[in-house]
Parts: sequence; structure tokens; C-alpha cells
Amino acid sequence: MDINRRNFFKVMGATGATLALGSELQARPKKGADTEFYGVLYDSVRCIGCYNCEYECASAHGLPEPVIPAEDTQVRKPDETWRTVVNGYETSKGKVYVKQQCMHCNEPACAAACLTQAMYKTEEGPVIWRGNKCMGCRYCMVSCPFDSPKFEYFSANPKINKCTMCFEEKVKQGGIPACVEFCSGDALMFGPRRELIKEARRRIAEQPDVYYDHIYGEHEAGGTGWLYLSPVPFEELGLRTGIQRDSYPALTKGFLYSVPTVFIAVPALLLGIQQATSKNQTNPENEDE
Amino acid sequence: MNKTIALTRDNDGRPMWRFLLQELKPKGKLFTPFNIISVPIILLGTALIVYRFIYGIGSITNLSQEVPWGLWIGFDVVTGVAFAGGAYVITFMVYVLNVKKYHSIVRVTVLNGFLAYLFYAGALLLDLGRPWNVINPIIGNSFGVSSVLFLVAWHFLLYMIAQLIEFSPAIAEWLGARRARKILSGMTLAAVIFGITLSMLHQSGLGALFLMAKEKIHPLWYSEFIPVLFLISSIFAGLSMVIFEGSISQRVFFDQINEHHRREHNDIVHSLARICTGAMFVYFFLQLVVLIHGKHWDLLGTRMGAWYLLEMIGFVLLPMLLFYYSYRSRKLLLVRIAAILTMLGVILNRLNVSVIGFRWDMDIHYVPSWQELVVTLTVLFTEIWIFRWVINRMPVLRESPAWARK
Ligand code: SF4
Ligand code: SF4
Repeated sequence: MDINRRNFFKVMGATGATLALGSELQARPKKGADTEFYGVLYDSVRCIGCYNCEYECASAHGLPEPVIPAEDTQVRKPDETWRTVVNGYETSKGKVYVKQQCMHCNEPACAAACLTQAMYKTEEGPVIWRGNKCMGCRYCMVSCPFDSPKFEYFSANPKINKCTMCFEEKVKQGGIPACVEFCSGDALMFGPRRELIKEARRRIAEQPDVYYDHIYGEHEAGGTGWLYLSPVPFEELGLRTGIQRDSYPALTKGFLYSVPTVFIAVPALLLGIQQATSKNQTNPENEDE
Repeated sequence: MNKTIALTRDNDGRPMWRFLLQELKPKGKLFTPFNIISVPIILLGTALIVYRFIYGIGSITNLSQEVPWGLWIGFDVVTGVAFAGGAYVITFMVYVLNVKKYHSIVRVTVLNGFLAYLFYAGALLLDLGRPWNVINPIIGNSFGVSSVLFLVAWHFLLYMIAQLIEFSPAIAEWLGARRARKILSGMTLAAVIFGITLSMLHQSGLGALFLMAKEKIHPLWYSEFIPVLFLISSIFAGLSMVIFEGSISQRVFFDQINEHHRREHNDIVHSLARICTGAMFVYFFLQLVVLIHGKHWDLLGTRMGAWYLLEMIGFVLLPMLLFYYSYRSRKLLLVRIAAILTMLGVILNRLNVSVIGFRWDMDIHYVPSWQELVVTLTVLFTEIWIFRWVINRMPVLRESPAWARK
């Protein structure tokens, strides 16, 4: 998947849809094609609903402490101050807790949408937001199939807030995300995506009566960095199941690829027509029709 | 003639700055109904814009985390730009097809288009949370080349320059700059060809913006053909705007238009109606193909389905038939009604894709706040003020000065 993505940028650069490709992309040290994205496996069977991850996330990013309602009947959503939330759902197999945050897609719609590369898929896998580039257009929010980026609507200097998999704070230095580190139920696991999928398969195979046979995120939206396991079908946990299996940026590729062609063909065509019509012009007063 | 003198002195030999100062003064009556309505709204809107930059976008809009784009993008930018499509269609006919008939409306259409881009695309800045970073994608320290919005933004910018070049001879005539006029006129064809290409790409690009919001837009409005549909509808959206604007200008700026052009105008309107009929036919047919292709028959029975049928039948099929009938029967009134219906239809369509059909499934729907409406009207009225200012001064509707017509 990561290879596809890189090819996509390469092709874009080669065709030069607009001008030169941002030097940054080319200047980035290329690790081997076997570089693998890191991700997190979240096992809702193991999650005990302690909300530790919410507290640790807030303190790791200097965000206000989460407010956990005594009765967890109402579903909370991540917003501009909470990058992750845990909700309890009454399901056919009893109460199940589910953590929610940005999925860190392999081919993120948000990054493809962003016209300044503020939303950015790092080589390591986390999708991060860079404030010095973002112009606050919110196109990433329009495009993200999971509605992950959140915007500070009541600020004169608004930021986009979403899970960054603790890239700056931990992962870059070789650490692991705060939520994973402090998970008391062993429900979170950080590692190379391929290995996480293997581990998830193993868990399903070992306890087929406990797990619902699907890894959410393996193929959704072209594959995501976060992978979910669940005892029940995922719609019971409020996860979006209408997500397409192809990546979202693929939806605009056709259009973007046609741009260079149009740019060459149309002016040539127009010039040709112009030449033809102006030659036929003998009496400019009564032509047309 | 010495160039510096030509540029610093006007035709009567007065210093240029005094001429410009004089031109800045309002002409005509101050207390017209339009002024009385627009001035308070513009003042209020300006105050709201200041307020928004202090307290954030959420302080005056009803936008939410689920619906990040509202009226300002959906109407000002997406719809406004469609209406500005007249400029590329008319310049195509005049400069590429060499149909001289439309020559008398080229300038006013290009001016209209240019101002529309300046203001409606400019309204985009109001909607940006961090507008100071808008230079990033322009100066090139962060090119998001895989972004449709990047493409659209660049094309807006380049197209505005192209339109300015297309219009610049009128400015030169106003300033009496003969040499500049000659040079600028020589650039028209290149600007036109470049401009048409850019227009085709960003008119469709505005539709392509929504391609990634696949599950968020109501299936009756979402399809992979949005870009093509947006492009084709921009043709009749733009031309309907030209017809509409023309019928108003003919009255408001009556004294500027000479007898010959006035008679010519009816003829122009009828042939524009004909082009509209054709474009709308193609568009309607394509919508039908998309509907069949999408297999969403069941949805037609729902409330959104009825809304969709209203758009397609009431605001595409009906005005198309009216256009058709009007040029056969040569009824001017019918053309105008058809143009207005078409414009309403385009507004409906753009809003249905970008606002009304966007997250149609949510419990709480986005409805623009009154402040959003006032700011939108402010943008619109300011544009009309500038339009009027230019028309009253530069040879747009009226004939070029004798020296330029040679
Ligand atoms: S879930 Fe949304 S915000 Fe997160 S990486 Fe995917 S597209 Fe981007
Ligand atoms: S809001 Fe910022 S991060 Fe999101 S698409 Fe716009 S510029 Fe990129």
C-alpha cells in the first residue's frame, strides 16, 4: 500500500500537474521500498472501559482533562479538545467498549485533500498535522471518511485537532503512543502494521467464538493504520461500515491525471479553431449562423 | 508621443492623479433604492467580518465538525464561480470562433466574470481559519499537488490574471494610454485561450472537490460525473447570468448604450438562449444517464427524491423548454424567465451537492445563520458597487473612444 502511495506522488510529479513537485517530497530520504507503516491494534474484547487512554492522551498533548459522564448512555465523539474517546455500547454480546480516534489511513483522504501538505502521512505511518502550513480551509474535514479532523471554530488562531499517534512526542524518538503505553487492559498494541494483522488473525483463529471474523481497517478506505477487533459486527459499535474498500484519494486520481492532457490538448485545439475561423473571414459584418 | 506624458496626463492634459481622484467620486444620485438597502448591509457585514476575525469562524456561523463547509463555500464560491462561467463561453465565441456578433457584450461579461472571481473566490479568505498561511501553496514551500483544491486555487489565481488582461484594454482606454492599449490588446488571444483552458479545468474541479466525500453526499447528487456535470452546467449558468445581467444593464445604464447595440442586444439574447437550450439538453441527458447508472430509483420516492425531481424537472427541464420555445417565438420575456429559472436551478444544484445534500442523514441539519447571510450579501453588494463604478467610467457598455476604434 505504501508503495502505491509513493508511486502516486511520483507520477503526479512526473506529469507535473501544475508546476514542479514540491522539493520536499523528493528531498526526503527514501528508505527502502520495504519500509512499513506502524499502526495500532485495538481489541475491544479486551478493553475494560477504564478511560485511561483518554486521560493519558489529554495529558500527553496538553489538552483539557476529559469529562467522563457517570452514565455512559450517550455516545460521545472526539472533538477539538478530545482526540480520542471511549464509548460503551449495549450489544448482542453485552456491553462492549470502543475507542475512537483518527484511523491513520494508508492513503489518507485528508492528506490528499490538503493543498499545503499540512496533513501529512509520515514515513513511519502516523498522519500528522503541521500548523505552520495549514490555512484552515477544512477540506481535510470534508474529505475524511471518518470525520476525524476537528477544527477550533471559536479561535482567532484555530488549529486542526486529531490523533497524531503521538508522532512528535513519542514515536519519532522510538517510543510508543501514550494510549498504548498506559492501557490497563492490554487492549492496545503498537507495531508494524503487517505484524498487527498477523496477530489479529491469530486471535480470531484461536477464539473464533469470541471474535467477529473481520479486522476493521484491514481493507476499509484502502487500509488503515488502526485496526479493530470486536466480538460483534462493527455496526453495533457505531463504526462506519459503509466505507469503501478502495482508498479515497483514488476517487480524484482520474480527474487529476486528466489535467496535464487538457492543458496540452485544449489550447492547441482552440488555437487551431481560431486559425481556421479567422481565415474564413472575408466579411466580418455578416457572418455567424 | 512621449510615453511618460501619456501615462501621467489624461486626454485633456491634466495630471493623472487629479483625474483619478475625480473619478473616485460617486457619480449619479446617492439615494437610489439600491444604495439605501445595500449600504447598511455592507456596513453590518463589515462589522461581522471584523468580529469573525477576532472570535473565530464559529462565532458567526452555524458550521460544525460534521459540516465544515456552509453557505460561504457552497454559495459564494461554488455557485458564484459557476455564474462567472459566461466569460469563458463568450470569449470562446468571439475570439476563437470569431463570431463578431457577441462583441458588444464581451467586455461587460469579462468584467462581470473578473469581479465575480475577485469577490467570490475572495470570500474564500473569510472562510479560512488561518488565512495568513494562504501564501504557502502559492509561493511553493508546500505544494499539495495531489489536492484538487490546490489545483482549483491556482486556477482561480491564474484565471483572474487572464481575465484582467482580457479586460485591460478598457482600462487603458479609460486612462487614455494608447501605447499600453496596443500592447495589452495584442495579448488578448493568448489570455483567452489560456483562460478557457483554466476555466474548463476549475469549473469541473469545483465538482471534483466533492469526489472524496463519497458517503457524505446524498447518492442522488453524488456520482463520479460531478466534474463533468459542473462543467456543462457552468455553460448555461454563465450564459443565463449574461442574459439576466444584460436585461438589467440595458435599463440601468440606458444612457451608455447606443441605438445600434440596443437593437443588436435582442438578437444576442436569442442566440444565447439557443446555446443554453443545447447545453441544458446535454446536461439533462447526462443527469438521466447518471441516474440510471446509479440505480437509485428507490430514493426517488423519498423526500430528498422529491427535492431532486423538483430540481431536475422544475429548474432544468422547464427552463430548457422555455428557452427552446422563446427563441422560436422570439419572446424576450420568456428568455428572461427561463434565465432566472435556470439560475435558480444552478443555485439549487450547487447547494444540493455542497450543503443541502451534504450529511443529509444527520439529525441536526446545517442551516446558515443570519450573519452568514449578511456577509454573503455584503460580498454580493460590494461587487455590484464596484461593477457600477467601473461601468460608469470605463468604456464597457459604451463605445470605445474614437482613437481606439481605428
Ligand atoms: S481517518 Fe481521516 S484524518 Fe485520519 S488519516 Fe484517515 S483520512 Fe486522515
Ligand atoms: S484545513 Fe489545514 S490541514 Fe486541513 S486541508 Fe486545509 S490546509 Fe490542509
